[in-house]
Amino acid sequence: MGTLHELSVRDAAERVRRRDVSAVDLARAALARIAAVEPRLGAFLTLDETGAVAAAEAVDRRIAAGEDAGVLAGVPIAVKDVICTKGLRTTAGSRILERFVPPHDATVTARLRDAGAVIVGKTSCDEFAMGSSNENSAYGPVRNPWDPARVPGGSSGGSGAAVAAGECHGALGTDTGGSIRLPAAYCGVVGLKPTYGRVSRFGVIAYASSLDQVGPFARDVADAAVLLEAIAGPDPADSTAAPRPVPSYLAALDGSVRGLRLGLPREYFVEGMQREVADAVRAAVGTLARLGAAVEEVSLPHTEYAIATYYLIATAEASSNLARYDGVRYGLRIPEKSLGDMYEATRAAGFGAEVKRRIMLGTYALSAGYYDAYYLKAQQVRTLVRRDFEAALARCDALVAPVAPTTAFRLGEKVDDPLTMYLSDIFTISVNLAGLPGLSLPCGADAAGLPIGLQVIGRPFDEATVLRVGYAYEQATEWHRRRPPL
Amino acid sequence: MTRPPMEAVIGLEVHAELLTESKIFCACSAAFGADPNTSVCPVCLGLPGVLPVLNERVVDFAILAGLATHCTIAEHSRFARKNYFYPDLPKGYQISMYELPLCVGGHLDVLVDGTTRRIGLTRIHMEEDTGKNVHDGETSLVDFNRSGVPLLEIVSEPDMRTVAEAGAYLRTLRSILQYLEICDGNMEEGSFRCDANVSVRPVGATTFGTKVEIKNMNSFRAVEKAIAYEIARQTDVLAEGGTLAQETRLWDADREETRSMRSKEYAHDYRYFPEPDLLPLVVDPERVAHVRARLPELPGARRERFVREYGLSPYDADVLTQRKDVADYYEAGVAEGAAPKEMANWVMTELLRIVREEKLDRALVIREWPLTPLQLARLAKLVDAGTINRNTAKGLLPRLRRTGQDPEALVAAEGLAQVSDRGALEAAVADAVAKNPKQVAQYRGGKTQVLGFLVGQVMKATGGKANPQLVQELLRAALGG
Repeated sequence: MGTLHELSVRDAAERVRRRDVSAVDLARAALARIAAVEPRLGAFLTLDETGAVAAAEAVDRRIAAGEDAGVLAGVPIAVKDVICTKGLRTTAGSRILERFVPPHDATVTARLRDAGAVIVGKTSCDEFAMGSSNENSAYGPVRNPWDPARVPGGSSGGSGAAVAAGECHGALGTDTGGSIRLPAAYCGVVGLKPTYGRVSRFGVIAYASSLDQVGPFARDVADAAVLLEAIAGPDPADSTAAPRPVPSYLAALDGSVRGLRLGLPREYFVEGMQREVADAVRAAVGTLARLGAAVEEVSLPHTEYAIATYYLIATAEASSNLARYDGVRYGLRIPEKSLGDMYEATRAAGFGAEVKRRIMLGTYALSAGYYDAYYLKAQQVRTLVRRDFEAALARCDALVAPVAPTTAFRLGEKVDDPLTMYLSDIFTISVNLAGLPGLSLPCGADAAGLPIGLQVIGRPFDEATVLRVGYAYEQATEWHRRRPPL
Repeated sequence: MTRPPMEAVIGLEVHAELLTESKIFCACSAAFGADPNTSVCPVCLGLPGVLPVLNERVVDFAILAGLATHCTIAEHSRFARKNYFYPDLPKGYQISMYELPLCVGGHLDVLVDGTTRRIGLTRIHMEEDTGKNVHDGETSLVDFNRSGVPLLEIVSEPDMRTVAEAGAYLRTLRSILQYLEICDGNMEEGSFRCDANVSVRPVGATTFGTKVEIKNMNSFRAVEKAIAYEIARQTDVLAEGGTLAQETRLWDADREETRSMRSKEYAHDYRYFPEPDLLPLVVDPERVAHVRARLPELPGARRERFVREYGLSPYDADVLTQRKDVADYYEAGVAEGAAPKEMANWVMTELLRIVREEKLDRALVIREWPLTPLQLARLAKLVDAGTINRNTAKGLLPRLRRTGQDPEALVAAEGLAQVSDRGALEAAVADAVAKNPKQVAQYRGGKTQVLGFLVGQVMKATGGKANPQLVQELLRAALGG
């Protein structure tokens, strides 16, 4: 039972369904692992031992009754704390929602439950998903399982760390500018940001509505495929969830890349990049070529404008999305004599520095007299960025690139320099602007043993090809088998 | 120095609550009057993570309103967020439309003092209503039942020049929305709200004066009074050499004046931007055609048809067509064979008096009429045929209403038919002449007014049933006049 927490999502569910192991045993194993490593990591903001055991018991009862308990039967899963869980505190990593217990499940939460998953708790994240290091959580940082002095990446740092550390078999995160792919790379696990519209956003606390997307963390590509299949698809509660059928992602994993054309974006190998990262990604590309893929260099000429564009669009949307946290109906309220003073005191006390910075940036970008120069211009550049990808993906089936310019950096290293921090997302942000699927999977380690991530970017709604490329690479290499020395 | 004569420039902005079953972006009931905060859900309360889903009936209602006011229905339109903080606004923004509204460039033809004026319509767009703040001494509470109730914002061009034109525009617009059965048009309950933009300028000027927005009018009368007040105030300020501020003013119904609320320097910057949670709205021509097929005959067209078909005066036709239910009632009566003119008189004088007195016109569609169209038509026919006289007929109304009886049956059963039989009346006339020698002498002496007295005597003798015209004729003959 000591290694139950190391099982893949597929194996765990299969063994529960075969009654080799009970869902309750799996849940207890996960909770025991959490108890053992959590003091060193801080990956969770809220644990739900009671709820997890109750959900596991329900799965066991269904199986005993001969019912279908779902593809995720009894599998312990963690959920990023920006995703609403009915009856379970959801803070978005913010003081302003410190005691907020949602009366509603996000669609992805409900789909996890329907598939038989056991939700063990809520993972830490940068406040309202704004950050690249998880240091913007109001409840303290998360430590990287590979080196507790380093960040796990953000904003879904808790999910990345929890999956890497074996605290859960898989997790959900959200990705607005790289918030799944960056922690996946830094923590040495698989993370997938699906196409915008592939997964419902209902019940997912909005940061930037036109960019946010929910996706899975897992320890291998096949697990990510299973989790995506469970949460993806149209949703009557989200008009931006595309009315397209969900294919079987697992079935797409045939282990081959023969005949695929893969593009290598010239602009994604830049001055100042960590040498080991560039080398590891080039080596991974070499592996894919040996496996039969045709690799060619492509250009995404508007890459250099992506960060500026992102910080106008994302902050503009955020300034509006976060207006509802006003102390009137729920969440923190600092009582004051006048309404205006109550708003100011509540939001001053409830929001952290980075959130305030982005609200102010976004408010400015939307203001009368600046809208055309900033927000509108950013939307125009966004179109150019998308066209870059359209052109490249017209020639290629997928693009391969690094996830981040460096491996995980040290806690505190960049907190005083937001611009340097923003550059962590330089290779991931464009994919959000273009709305494309992006996969991050382990492809190496630096001299200190810290994981390096490989990014696979696909055409809209073609997660199948992205996963197929990742799976073929994984079959040919051992990087996904490395575990942090906890 | 003589001052140039001034004219007013008026534009109206109407918010009409739509009569859909559910709210615009969630499935909660949109009905008015539930207990506070019972018609609410995570979406209309603006809880974290929720998303709007557009109620397609709202779009159909908006297209109906657009077609009825001769607007172009945009194939591509977009919702936008209007950002501001207020406790009754749960998300901190209102989902509205801004750069790309659904309906643009229409007009309304309104009747003012017997002539038709065309008022331009800038746009119609959809948006969500806010909740309602309730102040109770020291504490303030918010009721979110209204949050998310669908609204149409209907914006006119600054085409009106007089209070009468503004009033006629507002009544015509309400009448159209009621004909479409998409808004009940109740200003007191706030389901039909109006803000006015008013400025003044010298007659003949081509540029506009400084515009003042007036809010907080809760009735048609209030809108008219507020505009009249504002025109006078602005004219006075300019006449005294003063300048006007571009500002928002509130109508104070008790003091009958407008008061400054906020000036342009403190105006909100609403930071509109396209709503990313909703897809751009695409309305194809097929959908517009489908909605167009549902358009009823509208009040203007019906009014003209009443003049043409029934020979009514434009004024009478206007009164009869303001409400669709009244016009339907009238036409049902005519279809029963009542003479159009006679039926019009009965509807306008008797039926509408009861409707107004008993406030039956609060309902969007009156379903319980005091009398059926058939009853009123038959009563009109009895008068028209001379079977009963007008006074007898009016006297029957309460009983007809109470019993639901057929007027012909009632007249027959009670022997109320007027006596037009010369033989029967000649005896009564001779009797009256014999019993009143003094008046007879006066009449014969040239004081012909006493004829009325003698007619009265005959009417009294016949229990009021005598045909008054015939009695007069017989009396004149008997008196040798």
